[in-house]
Amino acid sequence: MAIALDPQAPLIAQPSRWTLVLRYLRRNPSLPLGLVLLIFLVGFGVIGSLLIDTSTRAYPLAAPPVQPPSAEYPLGTDRDGRDLLAVMVRGVLLTGAVGLMAGTVGIVVGTTVGFVAGYFGGWVDAVIRWLTEVLMTIPPLVLQVIIASTIVDKNKVTIFTMAGVASVLAWMGTARMVRAQVLSLRERAFVNMARLSGMSNLEIIFRELMPNMLPYLAASFVGAVMGAIGASFGLEALGLGPVREPTIGMTIRWAVYHSAIFNQWWWWVLWPVLALILIFASLALINRGLDELANPRVRRTE
Amino acid sequence: MTLQESPVLRVRDLRVTYYTDAGRVTAVNGVSFDLAAGERLGLVGESGCGKSTLALALMRMIKPPGRIESGSAVVRTEHGEMDLLALDEESMRKARLSVISYIPQGAMNALNPVLRVGQQMLDALQAHAPHLSRAEMRARAEAALASVELPKDVFDRYPHELSGGMKQRVCIAIGILLSPRVIIADEPTSALDVVVQRQVMETLQRVQEQLGAALILIGHDMGLMAQVTHRVAVMYAGQFVEVSPVQAMFTQPLHPYTQALIQSLPRLDNRGVFRSLPGVAPSLLRLPSGCVFHPRCAQVMEVCRREPPPAVHTADARFVLCHLYGDDENVAPRATLTTSPQEVRR
Amino acid sequence: MPLAYLLRRVAFMIFVVWSAITLLFFLPRLSPINPVRERFAELQRSTGWAPRDLERLVKVYEVKFGLNKPLHEQYVDYMSSLLRGDLGYSIMRYPRTVGDLIAQALPWTIGLLSVTTLLTFGIGTGIGALAAWPRSPQWVKGLVTPLVVLAAIPPYLLGLLLIYFIAFRAKLLPMGGAYTLGRFTGPELSFPFLLDVARHAILPALSLILSTVGFWALGMRGMGVTVQGEDYVTFAEHKGLSLRRIFYAYYVRNAILPQVTALALAFGSIVSSGILVEYLYGFPGLGSLLNAAILANDFFVIYGIGLITILAVAVSMMVVDLLYPLLDPRIRYTRA
Repeated sequence: MAIALDPQAPLIAQPSRWTLVLRYLRRNPSLPLGLVLLIFLVGFGVIGSLLIDTSTRAYPLAAPPVQPPSAEYPLGTDRDGRDLLAVMVRGVLLTGAVGLMAGTVGIVVGTTVGFVAGYFGGWVDAVIRWLTEVLMTIPPLVLQVIIASTIVDKNKVTIFTMAGVASVLAWMGTARMVRAQVLSLRERAFVNMARLSGMSNLEIIFRELMPNMLPYLAASFVGAVMGAIGASFGLEALGLGPVREPTIGMTIRWAVYHSAIFNQWWWWVLWPVLALILIFASLALINRGLDELANPRVRRTE
Repeated sequence: MTLQESPVLRVRDLRVTYYTDAGRVTAVNGVSFDLAAGERLGLVGESGCGKSTLALALMRMIKPPGRIESGSAVVRTEHGEMDLLALDEESMRKARLSVISYIPQGAMNALNPVLRVGQQMLDALQAHAPHLSRAEMRARAEAALASVELPKDVFDRYPHELSGGMKQRVCIAIGILLSPRVIIADEPTSALDVVVQRQVMETLQRVQEQLGAALILIGHDMGLMAQVTHRVAVMYAGQFVEVSPVQAMFTQPLHPYTQALIQSLPRLDNRGVFRSLPGVAPSLLRLPSGCVFHPRCAQVMEVCRREPPPAVHTADARFVLCHLYGDDENVAPRATLTTSPQEVRR
Repeated sequence: MPLAYLLRRVAFMIFVVWSAITLLFFLPRLSPINPVRERFAELQRSTGWAPRDLERLVKVYEVKFGLNKPLHEQYVDYMSSLLRGDLGYSIMRYPRTVGDLIAQALPWTIGLLSVTTLLTFGIGTGIGALAAWPRSPQWVKGLVTPLVVLAAIPPYLLGLLLIYFIAFRAKLLPMGGAYTLGRFTGPELSFPFLLDVARHAILPALSLILSTVGFWALGMRGMGVTVQGEDYVTFAEHKGLSLRRIFYAYYVRNAILPQVTALALAFGSIVSSGILVEYLYGFPGLGSLLNAAILANDFFVIYGIGLITILAVAVSMMVVDLLYPLLDPRIRYTRA
């Protein structure tokens, strides 16, 4: 038996840290792409607000009606005489604000509910599971329409009302995710160690469980914001939105209401649709990127 | 068992490299060995030493970013010889199970949870012997189940209805379904409890002997190796550092690494999983210069740090990769053995 | 499937539906102001209702929304009228009943949503399975990112773009409605009519399909990544099975199981996007009815749609639940 044994082949040089980061981003391009889009949108809203007086120009009678894009009105104007550039600037910020408010409520409530259900289990968990099961059978839009049309006066809707209605369901996804995570984390050794070493439940939750869940929570928060913007858009499309505020959704609502497409006022439809698409795309990419970062199962793909 | 008879498997200079983000990792680094029909070779080493990669390479199941860089693995069949590493994809697919088969650690998850056991066996027959009738296939599957001492009704059961030991037996039954020349069993009993382990191992050994196939048994358990195998190959950082008949391996280990392994076995009973050695296994990304084992070696010499060790073949058909044993063939060991001879149960 | 299990599952479904309906009953009563009553008063002032009709409406209104009775009596009235199948009268189309209006709209919605859901589930799951399959060509794997972006866009927005570019600019398909009003006086069972309906349904269906295919693709891809790393898939390859057999019987067959569970959970949002798209295209289903009801403050119709969609979602979830054990032998018909 002859065994040939070559001297070991020299190893190639270790790639630098930057190369590694770049390689990772190439495999997971969602996160940087989404962040760039988000920075662009926020920049558009913030810088736009500084340059344009949106508090008047984004509201009716600020300009001649239905002007196509021109030097004076780069994005045109709508039927009620809003300057659509100002509307887009203010709308992006308002829509973002609704999403952030509802998303924050959603993540706080959802995390609490999920932790309580997953950590304590028993009847608490049973009640919460029953509640989510019940809410799951009501189509979200229908529930929100009923809330918006029976509890709130249609003519007095503000962006805070929108955020409120949107947050009614914003907690559910987070709660489900947190509950599942807590259930699996609870069984891991380090939690038992903490319990044996005499940590209280609250201490275990905040010292041991929370840090492990942060990446998931980040992804879940983005998801909740996205859901809230989607929910408020649905209500706005059906005419249950804040009639006096130029959110992106309301702008689309008015454009459809006044048959902008049929009247060939394409700019009135195109810009807000584009803005919403950018908002959703950026959040979805960030959400996915975070998920990929947090979840090694997804990371394994390539 | 001597290797003078023409071997059923002849592996030469097998190299497998993984191209990872962190750099190039050579997981199997120039491994060569022969295997006679009916022979049982144990393959031991710490996790990450490349023993599973070696098995996957023989099955041609290395997935990107891994790549088989070079080498040959020639199997002798009744139709002549074939180099597994040179076959095209479709021929290799046909060679799996019928020429070389792989028995996974089956107690956990190796069986498809949504298909009945019988269907999973029929799938294998359908893929390799489509000319058989449905009834013939079923008869063959049931015969295989019987040969691993499983009741007939296992055929119609789902994996979750079986115990760990039964699932492992099903995996063995599938592994021998097409009478392969070489069987690779990758820690086939590690998830089972001790009593079941022994029974399953006896079954595996019996069916392998009936087939006259060669068996490569991968594992951590030196005691099990002592009981089951004829020869043992010790793998370290992608290389075979010693290949010896099992008796000699336990009474007079040559390589310092083997010596340390044997020494670390529990004293009262050499059955058991070996403890870890001082130091850590090298990162395959940054292998030490010279002999890869030198940072952990108790008998390290100056030359070990500089030069790769020579491959030494002793007169009694042993192989060792170590500077202690000189450059020319057939030398007697220069070093005194640090291990007291232990009784090897065979 | 054991009868006892079936009965338990049906009982659970009824319990959930009852809970949801009860929730809807109490929702408006959580608020100190009652916009229903205010709107109703406004309506009374602004429209010329015949006093007799108005009296009748007010009676129905009092049963469903009236605050002059003790809460528990209101609740009993509400539930018993529901049990009789009485959803009340429509305000906007009086004297037609809510049940009548819904019965007319429901087939359109069921048709549109069942076809699009099946198509989307199939296409999306297929793409996701291929995207996670290591041997797929690179472009298939690259499909996922654009689909994720597409999945983030509400179908309503896609619908607007489709209307503008395909229906309005290119004039390839009708802009809305369910059939050409000049050609047909109403729904009829004839080939030209069905063809016409299909032509009208393409854009609404496309809006729904494009925006949800990504959801299923992403879910399947995630699961596929896990499953293709499972030992049984590797072992199947070790066994030398054909790739086709491994793909279908070992990989897809297992990875699809969570997709089926996800389908049960998705019915609610499927109905939600369906409503918006139907409204956008003036498709005569529940969406258009809901929009009209919102505009006219027709609370009975809004509530009726709420109840019927709850029932539909609950029944669909139950059906998936009952079928699931047929797909996964590990799940037995034991507990509800």
